[in-house]
Formats: sequence, C-alpha cells, structure tokens
Amino acid sequence: MANVVTKPEVHEDDLLIEEYGYDDHFHEHHHGDKYQSNFITTYIFSQDHKMIAKQFLITGMFWAIIGAAMSLIFRLQLGFPEENMAWIKPLLGKWITVNDAGVGSLAPEFYYALVTMHGTILVFFVLTAGLSGTFSNLLIPLQVGARDMASPFLNMLSYWFFFLSGTIMFLSLFLNTGPFAGGWTAYPPLSALPQASSGSGAGMTLWLVSLVFFVVSVLLGGINYITTVLNLRTKGMTMWRMPLTIWAFFVTAILGLLSFPVLVSAFLLVMFDRGLGTSFFLSEIFIGGQALDHVGGSPVLYQHLFWFLGHPEVYIIILPAMGLVSEVLSVHARKPIFGYKAMVYSILAIGFLSFIVWAHHMFMSGVNPFISNFFVIFTLIIAVPSAVKVFNWIATLYGGNIRFTAASLYAIGFVSMFISGGLTGIFLGNSAIDIQLHDTYFVVAHFHIVMGVAAFFGMFAGIYNWYPKMFGRFMNETLGKIHFWGTMIGAYAVFWPMHYLGMAGVPRRYYRFDSFAAFGQFDAMNQFITIAAIVTFGFQLLFVINFFYSIWKGKKMTTRNPWGATTLEWTTPINAGHGNWPGKLPTVQRWAYDYGKDGQEFIPQIQPLGKDEKESH
Amino acid sequence: MNATVAMTDYRRNRIHPKKFALLIACASIMMMFAAFTSAYVVRQAAGNWLEFRLPDLFYFNTGVILLSSLSLHSSYLAFKRGNTRLYRLLLAGALVLGLAFLALQYQAWQALAAIGVELTTNPSGSFVYVISGVHAAHILGGIAVLILAVLHAFILPHRLTPTRKLRFELTLIYWHFVDFLWVYLLLFFTFQS
Ligand code: HEM
Ligand SMILES: [Cu+2]
Repeated sequence: MANVVTKPEVHEDDLLIEEYGYDDHFHEHHHGDKYQSNFITTYIFSQDHKMIAKQFLITGMFWAIIGAAMSLIFRLQLGFPEENMAWIKPLLGKWITVNDAGVGSLAPEFYYALVTMHGTILVFFVLTAGLSGTFSNLLIPLQVGARDMASPFLNMLSYWFFFLSGTIMFLSLFLNTGPFAGGWTAYPPLSALPQASSGSGAGMTLWLVSLVFFVVSVLLGGINYITTVLNLRTKGMTMWRMPLTIWAFFVTAILGLLSFPVLVSAFLLVMFDRGLGTSFFLSEIFIGGQALDHVGGSPVLYQHLFWFLGHPEVYIIILPAMGLVSEVLSVHARKPIFGYKAMVYSILAIGFLSFIVWAHHMFMSGVNPFISNFFVIFTLIIAVPSAVKVFNWIATLYGGNIRFTAASLYAIGFVSMFISGGLTGIFLGNSAIDIQLHDTYFVVAHFHIVMGVAAFFGMFAGIYNWYPKMFGRFMNETLGKIHFWGTMIGAYAVFWPMHYLGMAGVPRRYYRFDSFAAFGQFDAMNQFITIAAIVTFGFQLLFVINFFYSIWKGKKMTTRNPWGATTLEWTTPINAGHGNWPGKLPTVQRWAYDYGKDGQEFIPQIQPLGKDEKESH
Repeated sequence: MNATVAMTDYRRNRIHPKKFALLIACASIMMMFAAFTSAYVVRQAAGNWLEFRLPDLFYFNTGVILLSSLSLHSSYLAFKRGNTRLYRLLLAGALVLGLAFLALQYQAWQALAAIGVELTTNPSGSFVYVISGVHAAHILGGIAVLILAVLHAFILPHRLTPTRKLRFELTLIYWHFVDFLWVYLLLFFTFQS
C-alpha cells in the first residue's frame, strides 16, 4: 500500500473558485469549530442548514404518512359506509363502535376529527414546513453562495419549534375527547366554544397551542431566509442572477412573515373567547339548554382574519413548488428557463395579489355582495400571472432536449396539475357560480389538484433532483418512474370524479349521504375514489422505501454535478461540511440559466464571461 | 471566534444581518397589531359597540414610555462617547421607566374596570384589554433585554467593541419600536372611537 500514491483529483470548479473566488478567511475560523464535533450537534441540534433541511424533510414525510393514512380511513367511511370496520378497532379503539351484529363503524365525531387533522397536518406540517422548510434551508445558502443562514442558531430553533408543534398535535390525537374536529379552518363557534363538540375542548386547546408554536417556527425560518437572500449573497450574485428557486423561497418567506402574525392575532382572540369570556367571535348562543353570556360576537370576523392568512398560505405552499419546478424543468430540458424576468415578475405579482383576494373564501358567508365584486376581480386577475408561468414552463419544454428522469417527470406533472386545478379556480372565483359550488366536492377537487397534488409533485421533483446533494447518493430511477406514473394516474383518478360530485351539489365534510336520495347515484363513484386513493397511497410507500433504502444503499454519486446544472450548489464537494465550500467562496459571473449557449451544453455560474460574450437574460 | 460568527463576516450590504433580521421581526409584529386594529374597525362597524373614554392614565403612561426611549437613546450616545457614568445611569433609567410603564398599564386596566368597562363587558373594551395586553407582553420582552444590557453595562468594562455596539443598537431598535407601537395604538384608540 505504501507506495500507492493517489493524486488528489483536481476539480475544474475548484480551480475556478480558487482563481475568481472570494476569500472570507473561512478556514481560519473553522479550526476549532466545536459545532459539528459529536453526534448530538451533528444530527440533532445541528446548526448546519443542510442537516436542518433533512430534518424538515424527514419530519414532513412522517406527517405525510400519518395525514394520508387518516384520509384513507375517512375515505373508507365515504366509499363503504356499510362495511364492517371492526378490524381497525385495535388501532382506533373506542372510535370504532361495534353494534350487536358485530359490525363496526367509524364514530361520526372521529370522522370529523380525521378530516380536520388531515387538513391541518397536510397544509401546515407537510406542505409548509416539509416543503418550504426543507428546500429553503437546503438551497438558499447553497444557491446564493453563503456559508450558512444569517443565524444558524435561529434556524435550528425554527426546526425545533416545528418539532414541538408537531409533538403537541400528535398528543392531541390521544385525548379521551379526541383531537379538534371543526375543520382545518377552525371557524367559530366550533373553535371558540369549548362545549360545542367533543373535540372543541382539550383537542382545540392543543390545536391552538400547537399552531402558535408552528407560527413561531415559520417566522424564525422566514426571518432567516429573507435576511440570507438580501444580505449574504456572494459577490456577483445580483438579484437578477438568482435562480428562480431563490426568488420563490424569498417571496414565500415574505408572505409568511406578513400573514402568519395575523393568524396568531385571530388565535389569541379565540383563546380569550374560550377561556376568559370575551365575545369577539361568539354571538348570542343557546346550547345544552342554557343561554350563554356572550353577546354580539362576529364569526365572520374570524373568517376575515383566518383567510387573510389562509389565502397567502396556499401560495406559501405553491410558490416553492413553482420555484423547484422551474429549475428542474430548465435543467432537464437543457434549455434556459423561458422568460426569466416574466417569471420573477409573476412571482411578485402573485405574492402581492394573494393579499387582496381572501374574501373569495367567504362569498357565501353573508359578506356584502358589492364587496364580493372587488374580490372577484382580483381573484380572476391572479389567473394572469399564473397563466404567464404556465406558458413559460411549456415554452421551456418546447423544443428542449428533455431528459425524462423521475425529477423532470414530476415537474411536467406539476404543470399538468396546476393547469387542471387553476382552471377550476376560475369557476370558483365567480361569486355567482360559487353559490352552487361552495362547500361542495368541487372545491375539494379544486384545491387538492392545484395545491395538494401539485405541491407534492413540486416536492417530489425537488427530492429526486436534489437527493444526491442531500445524501451523496441517487434514488432508484426505475422505482421513481413507477412512483410517478402511479401517482399521476392515481391522483387524477381520485380527484377528477370529485368535480362531478361537486357540480351535482354533494357537500364536503359530510359523514354519510344515505339520507339524501339525490346523491345515491354516486355510491359507485365514491367507491371508485376510495379504491383509487388506497392504490395511490400504495405507490407512496414505494417512494418511502426508495428514499430510505437509497440513503444507505443508493447508487453513489461520483461526479459533483450529475445533472449538468449551472447553479452554485453543484460546485461544492460531494459531501460538503458545515460552511459548504472548503476554501474560498465562489463568485458569480453570469445568470443561472446558461444552457445550450454558444454550443456549450451548460456553463456554470462561476465561469467568467468569455471575451466577446454577452450576458444573456 | 467560532464558526457561527464567522458565517456572517462576509455580508454584502452595509446593514448588519442581525439588525436586518430584527427589522423584519418588527414588521411581522406590526402585522399582528395591524390585524388587531383592523378587526377592531370591522367589529366596530357592526354596531353594538360601547363608547367610553380611555382613563387618563393611559395618556400619562405614554409620556413615561417615551421618556424611557429618550433615556435609552441618550445612554447609547453616552456609550459611544465613552461617558461611562452617564451610560450606566441613563440605561438604568430606561429600565426603571420601562418597569414603571408596565406597572402603570396595570393600574390603567384597573381604572378601566373601575369605570365599568371590564374584559367581558363589550367587545370595545375587550379589544383595549387584549391589544394593550399583547403590547405589554412585547414590552416585557424588551425589559428582559434591558436587564441584560444593564448587567453588561455594570459588570463589563466600558469598551466600544463592534459586538457591544451592535448589541446595544439591537436593543435600541426594539425598544424604540415597542414604544412607538404604543403611541400608534393609543392614537388609534383615541381617534377611532
Ligand atoms: C387561478 C387561480 C385560482 C383561483 C381563481 C382560485 C379560486 C378559489 C376560490 C374562489 C375558492 C373558494 C371556493 C369556495 O370555498 O367556495 C378557492 C378555494 C381554495 N383554493 Fe383556490 N384558486 C386559485 C388557485 C389556487 C391555488 C394556486 C391554490 C393553492 C396552491 C389554491 C388553494 C385553494 C384552497 C386550499 C381552497 C379551499 C380552502 C378550503 O375551503 O378549505 N387555489 N379557490
Ligand atoms: Cu384563496
């Protein structure tokens, strides 16, 4: 062995960074870095954004499995209300009531609890924390050329507040009275009156506490993301050279910082109504044979406050997915993103407009119809920047030399889902049509396709694409493609039929429909949806297996930049330590989308412009 | 020097990232109060709204918190000039005035209850309690920071290092912010009813 000298491989990127990079004397400080020295500081209380990203991702996956499993249970109830559910009693205990004939059925209260928890978990824990938490953390420092977030410590706290929030919500599942059951939007009086339903007592208390901690987590994260993007970009990384991922995460963080505090305000008022007898949201109520002291509260006021967060929240979910998709499409189509500046302006326009459309969720709650007009107009205007983005994604693909990987398939699937769900949004945005469609399965179909499925697709595109960056190994591509086709077909099979249910007026959040003769015709459709949901869930298990198997056994990454991408994250060593670049920081010489320029397949952002080369935009 | 500090040594803008982060945090606190005050306006428009006059103590107390801000600012100037005695004195003064503000807010709530406006009497009063209460919670956070600053001032030797200057400036920004937040709230209560 002794005389085998392996010459350390010199990487072209390292030479570029050495020549043009920016020396921040990082290595001098780095000696004696106590922060990564043992198991606890490396894997648990880590301050490295890359590790925090993985923590967000894996916690998000945990919640996704729980949330999806819940939906299967309530789908069984909807599809097969007569079937015996006694087999699941060992898991759900008293929430399955077994009658004299030995036939078990789901308790109605628990059905509502499941629907509520499913929504809360998926919207907040999976598609907010699991999506934007994961990828903002992973990509912001890497793609802007920073050593870490502005405050790695607050970043760590952000994850642990999320964890705490999740723990509290998880505990609420085991309460004797059950978790909160009044819908993910937590409208009063079910949320503000502890005696309103069994989940409105302790369940709602834990729900509120959990979500307040969740907001703390979002705010700590968001403060960091914004500061890092504005203050810690490396030399040469002007705003107009940032990849669209970063633009998306940046605007997402701003939306979060401006809207989540409003939710906290609403929650505080709910807490006062619950515990201290105020009447912000509770009007005169007679319940359980007793008239309450509350006078003059306005439940609609809560709806205003909730949807002031709620609508931006749906864009907090979709914008990161849009950013990831833009990047993945461009990389795998081997073409610059079409209309980069238009993409940025659309992100900004969507971000701005998302604050002035909230009452489209309230057309039917008795708001003044003239006020509705205002919200109809702005709601429909949102379709314009959305359409610009869709057009640009398709134009990016058009004529591209597309590599059909799991990542790019998911990105293309995202575009399909976003179109389908966006179109139904335009129907709902008309307050007159919404009279028929509000609170029906049409709305459920709309937001699951445009937000639920689309955001998941963006997330999957991101995971398959950046998995090598996170774990130094690849996920299995064949399994990934099977996962894609199963999910693509499965998701449409689940949600497409719901449009028909909704147009026929089938209301959402009902436990069973057999007392409505008009809906009897949909029994077969409901069974079909339930079976499709179970099959689609099965395909997700494939993903989970692939994910964990590949962490240890996946194909090893041998080159730094497997997809031939231009952005900075692929210039770090394969297993980059805390601080990302071992020596100098890279400096940025060009925009992020130089694909197929001047006969070169791609030109990394660290490559200086050639002599007569003009920077493209 | 540890790695955590080193991470932020190469910032690109003149404003320090920590200061910038604090300003963002202030904006998000502001949104919370914007939500409260808009809810107030919307609820007021719906009627069944008790009109009452705020106890004078609230106005008097505004003077106290403004003085506290002034004292802290002067202390900061003295700190930069190297005048240790004045720096310590005015800093302690800011803390005492801050505590006084809290105590007097409590008195003001009692005065409010004494004129028959209790927490649950009518939403108009409930809003005053909740909004000024949540504001007081933010003052409490500021007090905690001021206590730290006072401890630093009296225990550590007076040295104008960048870290200490930054720390002072962060304290100053937050304290000014919560003070002017109160001025906004008071003006809101006064002119909105
Ligand atoms: C073209 C753009 C869109 C328009 C015009 C639109 C319009 C609407 C309208 C009017 C409603 C209320 C329907 C009702 O309750 O009666 C609604 C519900 C909803 N939308 Fe959209 N939408 C659009 C895009 C999106 C996007 C991009 C997302 C998420 C990423 C989204 C997520 C939701 C959610 C979550 C709900 C239902 C919330 C609930 O009641 O539980 N929408 N949409
Ligand atoms: Cu909306």
